[in-house]
Amino acid sequence: MNGVWIMAGITWREALRRKILWTALVAGALLLAVFAAAMHLQVLEFQGRAMSPFVRYQVEAGMLMIGLYTCDLLAVVLTILTSIDTIAGEIGSGTIQAIATKPVARWQIVLGKFLGFVAMIAAYVAVTYAATIWVARATTGVLPQHPLLGYLLIVFECVIALALTFLFGTWFSTLTNGVLVLGLQGVAFMGGWLEQVSGFSQSVHIVTLGIASSLLMPGESVWRRAAYELQTQLAGSLSFSPFANVSIPSLLAMGYAAAYLAVALGVAVWHFQRRDL
Amino acid sequence: MTASADFAIETHNLRKAFGPQVAVRDLSFVVPRGEIFGFLGPNGAGKSTSIKMLLGLVRPTSGSATVLGAPLGDVEVRRRIGFLPEDFRFYEWLTATELVRFHGRLAGMSAGRLRTRVPEVIDMVGLASHRDRKLRGFSKGMLQRIGLAQAIVHEPELVFLDEPTSGLDPMGRRMVRDILRAERDRGATVFLNSHLLSEIEVTCDRVAFIKDGAIATVRELGAGWQDEVRVAVRADGVTDAAVSGLSRWTTWARLDGPELRFGASSEQVLPEVVRHLVGAGADIFQVTLDRMSLEDVFVQLVGEDRGL
Ligand SMILES: Nc1ncnc2c1ncn2[C@@H]1O[C@H](COP(=O)(O)OP(=O)(O)O)[C@@H](O)[C@H]1O
Ligand SMILES: [Mg+2]
Repeated sequence: MNGVWIMAGITWREALRRKILWTALVAGALLLAVFAAAMHLQVLEFQGRAMSPFVRYQVEAGMLMIGLYTCDLLAVVLTILTSIDTIAGEIGSGTIQAIATKPVARWQIVLGKFLGFVAMIAAYVAVTYAATIWVARATTGVLPQHPLLGYLLIVFECVIALALTFLFGTWFSTLTNGVLVLGLQGVAFMGGWLEQVSGFSQSVHIVTLGIASSLLMPGESVWRRAAYELQTQLAGSLSFSPFANVSIPSLLAMGYAAAYLAVALGVAVWHFQRRDL
Repeated sequence: MTASADFAIETHNLRKAFGPQVAVRDLSFVVPRGEIFGFLGPNGAGKSTSIKMLLGLVRPTSGSATVLGAPLGDVEVRRRIGFLPEDFRFYEWLTATELVRFHGRLAGMSAGRLRTRVPEVIDMVGLASHRDRKLRGFSKGMLQRIGLAQAIVHEPELVFLDEPTSGLDPMGRRMVRDILRAERDRGATVFLNSHLLSEIEVTCDRVAFIKDGAIATVRELGAGWQDEVRVAVRADGVTDAAVSGLSRWTTWARLDGPELRFGASSEQVLPEVVRHLVGAGADIFQVTLDRMSLEDVFVQLVGEDRGL
């Protein structure tokens, strides 16, 4: 088990030294500034207007959701970009050879790297997520309903993408890996919105298509569950919001996502274990 | 065959095919413990693939082998094995010290041992003044040195080196040679892959020639490894009687005008031969020793047309 921690440690240290993490943090900070400005303008706009606190709250909560969704997208992109070459790249360059000939089983190498990335993602999301909530609170006073659960679900969504980059990384080159995972992420994105739309349109075909996409890559459905957990009944009931709780992914869907993650990681380990390096 | 405890490595009909491409055809050999064993062959002969099979990086298509008594793929035995890959890349964002420490930890070394051992090996490979520099700025030769440090930091019983001197200057080559000898003197077995004859010739105790994925021959090296030394003597006044009197020391002798040629089992006989000839009234102008070099053996086996 020691090997797992050594590999997790080196992966974590590598992540901290990568420019991409800091670039993503800068990007996050810029988006946060835009978000803060928007929130502030909204507050000014509402000032002195006679409006029901109910509508006002709904609008502000909706904006918070936009901020958090941005946070989520950025985290997923960071996850994919940092991890696509960790396995494929090290096999390609031969870096893995001096490591895989140490008294460390191959599954420990994969698991260690995986945990190192999970730690990096969890830290990154914690920072951007907390900052977004803080800005919303400071400007308007709105707060998400279940912030911790929301946070965990966002990290969960990223970790699903991570398992996919590991899975394809044991088979393909870095480039192919990136194309595949981003492609699947696109499918998930489509699936999520199709399901959302189907809530209004009632089209059976769209529902089926949405479900099929979410089965193929359940990442986005996890975000939609997060959105549900983050919003109060009140805010979530607003039917014109893109984050309205029209079709809430069930706990079964979350169970499916967890199983999907476990299978992807399991197959990655299995294949890495038996392939030539 | 002796008990396998005497052998660091034993292979039986190892074979590796990458699809239709056969990298190693049929490999059977043993490596005695405590020797520097040279694995010599032209590019593409299957040397690297052989090492990778022995280290569990590549799965053989068929055949079997034991390394330090353990079957291929055994994880625990790797505690006692070191490896310098051929085209190695390491995390270049680490410093020399950090990289060697990382590999030492992976090899299962304790923190206390690492504290003293890491600076020691970095010093051994001649990088003491660069120990806190990032590997990003290292030259190929310096990386090769740090790779060597990484391979021996945990004092393994068996060290595999795949073309360890390819990026090194003459001083670096000498350092590698000295380190390999020191490793052997400490009791370690060294498995050295190389396509450089000269390197194998001066470093190894034994050499296996590999050609087209199979062992062509195994030779013991060291002083007088050749079957025969050939000598040419330019002299005046050599009589037939003097020539036939040489048979005490030589395997054959032939007088060819002013040139006397003979073969002997060792150059040790030369002073006696010269004394004998002078005693028989000959005037000697020149004695030339014609060694059969490893290169001759290599070329004979591999054929001149194949590039090294
Ligand atoms: N992963 C691989 N896939 C396909 N062919 C390979 C692979 N590795 C090695 N080979 C082929 O196997 C042969 C032996 O290669 P190698 O063991 O690297 O030789 P050497 O180290 O003696 O130069 C070469 O013809 C090489 O092209
Ligand atoms: Mg090679």
